[in-house]
Amino acid sequence: MARFGRPARARVTTMAAMNPSSPLRWLLRAGVALLASGAGAAAAATDVPDPMQQRVAACASCHGARGEGLPGDAKVPRLAGKPAAYLQQQLASFQSGRRHHAAMEYVVRQLSPDYLRQIAEYFAAQQVPYRRQAAPAVSAAAMQRGEQLVRHGDPSRGVPSCASCHGDTLTGVEPMMPGLAGLSYAYIDAQLDAWRTHQRVADGPGCMVVVANRMTGGDVAAVAAWLASQPPPADMHPVPASVQREPLPGWCVLGNDGVNP
Amino acid sequence: MKRWWRRGILVFLLLGIALLGWWLFAPGRVQQVPAAQREAEAAKLRDPALIARGEYLAAVGDCAACHTERGGQRYAGGRVLATPFGDVPAPNITPDPETGIGQWSFEDFWRALHEGKGRGGELLYPVFSYTSFTKVTRDDALAIFAWLKSLPPVHQPDREPGLAFPYSVRSSLLAWRALYFKPGVYRPDPARSPEWNRGAYLVQGLGHCNECHTTRNAWGGMEPDRHLAGGTIPVQDWYAPDLGTQPGGGLAGWSGQDIVDLLKTGQSARGVAFGPMADVVRNSTQHMSDADLQAVAVYLQALPARAAAPAPAAFAQVASHAQGGELYARQCAACHGKQGEGVPGVYPPLDGNSSVTGPTATNAVRSVLLGGFAPATAGNPRPYSMPPFAQQLSDDEVAAVVNYIRQSWSNRASAVWPAEVGRLRHTPVD
Repeated sequence: MARFGRPARARVTTMAAMNPSSPLRWLLRAGVALLASGAGAAAAATDVPDPMQQRVAACASCHGARGEGLPGDAKVPRLAGKPAAYLQQQLASFQSGRRHHAAMEYVVRQLSPDYLRQIAEYFAAQQVPYRRQAAPAVSAAAMQRGEQLVRHGDPSRGVPSCASCHGDTLTGVEPMMPGLAGLSYAYIDAQLDAWRTHQRVADGPGCMVVVANRMTGGDVAAVAAWLASQPPPADMHPVPASVQREPLPGWCVLGNDGVNP
Repeated sequence: MKRWWRRGILVFLLLGIALLGWWLFAPGRVQQVPAAQREAEAAKLRDPALIARGEYLAAVGDCAACHTERGGQRYAGGRVLATPFGDVPAPNITPDPETGIGQWSFEDFWRALHEGKGRGGELLYPVFSYTSFTKVTRDDALAIFAWLKSLPPVHQPDREPGLAFPYSVRSSLLAWRALYFKPGVYRPDPARSPEWNRGAYLVQGLGHCNECHTTRNAWGGMEPDRHLAGGTIPVQDWYAPDLGTQPGGGLAGWSGQDIVDLLKTGQSARGVAFGPMADVVRNSTQHMSDADLQAVAVYLQALPARAAAPAPAAFAQVASHAQGGELYARQCAACHGKQGEGVPGVYPPLDGNSSVTGPTATNAVRSVLLGGFAPATAGNPRPYSMPPFAQQLSDDEVAAVVNYIRQSWSNRASAVWPAEVGRLRHTPVD
């Protein structure tokens, strides 16, 4: 287990971190032997420390061993602590081709819904402190605009605030709303653009397509810059659904293409 | 001038072949089934036992793999199958009366499966593997048809094929069929065991293994003497290995149990299913009965020994061998072992693994680039995985590490160049 307590070094060491003499490897072999001898999966599960982390090595090389994200990869999102149902839905979307990213689509292609759920729960359960993100230098006016949109929205354009759905702490809302804190400028910017151009769509509700299309290109950059420049919150847990301030707007819950109710 | 002559001769030849094909396979030459038999068959279609058997057989034939669009409704078609001649979308085979096979009789279905002809008599493109399905028995075809007819109808119109001239003209298939298609149900070999015959029937017919695991020529025809001897899958660009287990075969040294394990769980002590085979295991072979898997293993183990590939005149490890070794020690050895021995049941060995040592390095290169999980199956529901290295390693580094594993331990395979890695980096993953 000790070898896995070092998320910061996970990037290129996901496989290399386990040298052949490591206790984990020995336990792995022991677990396999037990399985083979008919002792059953339960016995193996107790003997192998955190086998899920080892199973999801394919995820870890980009997202970090515990889904903490990697400093060098600004376009790869943090997974740790996001609501499990949200993560599971995204994995299923990569599998069905609803969400696009060649590497993600290939990696999750042959997994069962049950295993996708387990993987989602594994990353949702990881509590890794947020890391401060590098943010581009933007004008004070843009930063102000970003904060305005995140905290209060722009009623004149029909843009609700980010906080109204993603939580006042921006750490997400159970069970489905992902946190925005701790994401990089590049990732937020790319995702908002993907929503605007319908490259990213949801099973529904399709709010983000509508919201992103009511934002200007400048708004997108301002929101991404402000979010990325915030000091990371101490508590990374998504807030419970009961504290959500206001119901989703009517246009949001109606249509799942986000345009036609 | 010379080129025009050549083209003229080619067109003349093709016309000749087309005429021959017409003469051989013209409508009316096909034996008609007696009306009484047809009525009896139609009456059986609602029999639950027949439908259940059809469900099993449809899984063995992996019909859903092509006839289901990604994220779409099962059997409703729409998946576009890319071929070197153009794109062919798989049709809707749910019993929708307008867009599916709702109006088909069993005779129509039999003609498609057995003769490669559509309901209107049109010639079907051989991306629908009737070259193999023609071997399926009438009883099994009836069961599959009963299963398809029992599905909820899905209204989803078929898309038009995107084929270039002359392939867009279906009658051009007459020539192709004359050369590469021999209709006929599988005929058991009385000199062999029932188990071998069952395996041969499944592998050659419904399982249509040959459609990937053989070499295709420039016309997309399968070379008869290259039965299951391995080949590159066109467009998808994965190498489907030789399935021979005798000396010189791609699965040399595999036991029957190894074959059964891979088909049932997605991995064996010898290797793991990845790329298109992972799809086959997940959707098809993991659902096969132990008896059928055993029969497949018996048949594959009886494939003839392959002529030994000529040993390289002077086998020399590439110059980057040391660099590849360093990369291997850093990135791969923790799971695959210092000597490429793997961890049984978890990580495949690389020493003596045909996915590594195949005639081309395609599979090894793409596995390094893409990583991925073994397929999740009932026998291996929580598979382990390999990180994708496309983001971490340069073309030079991938080539170095692939050459290292292809030329270390007992492996003696040819080298791959970085430019080839660069090409494979951009091959779509379907």
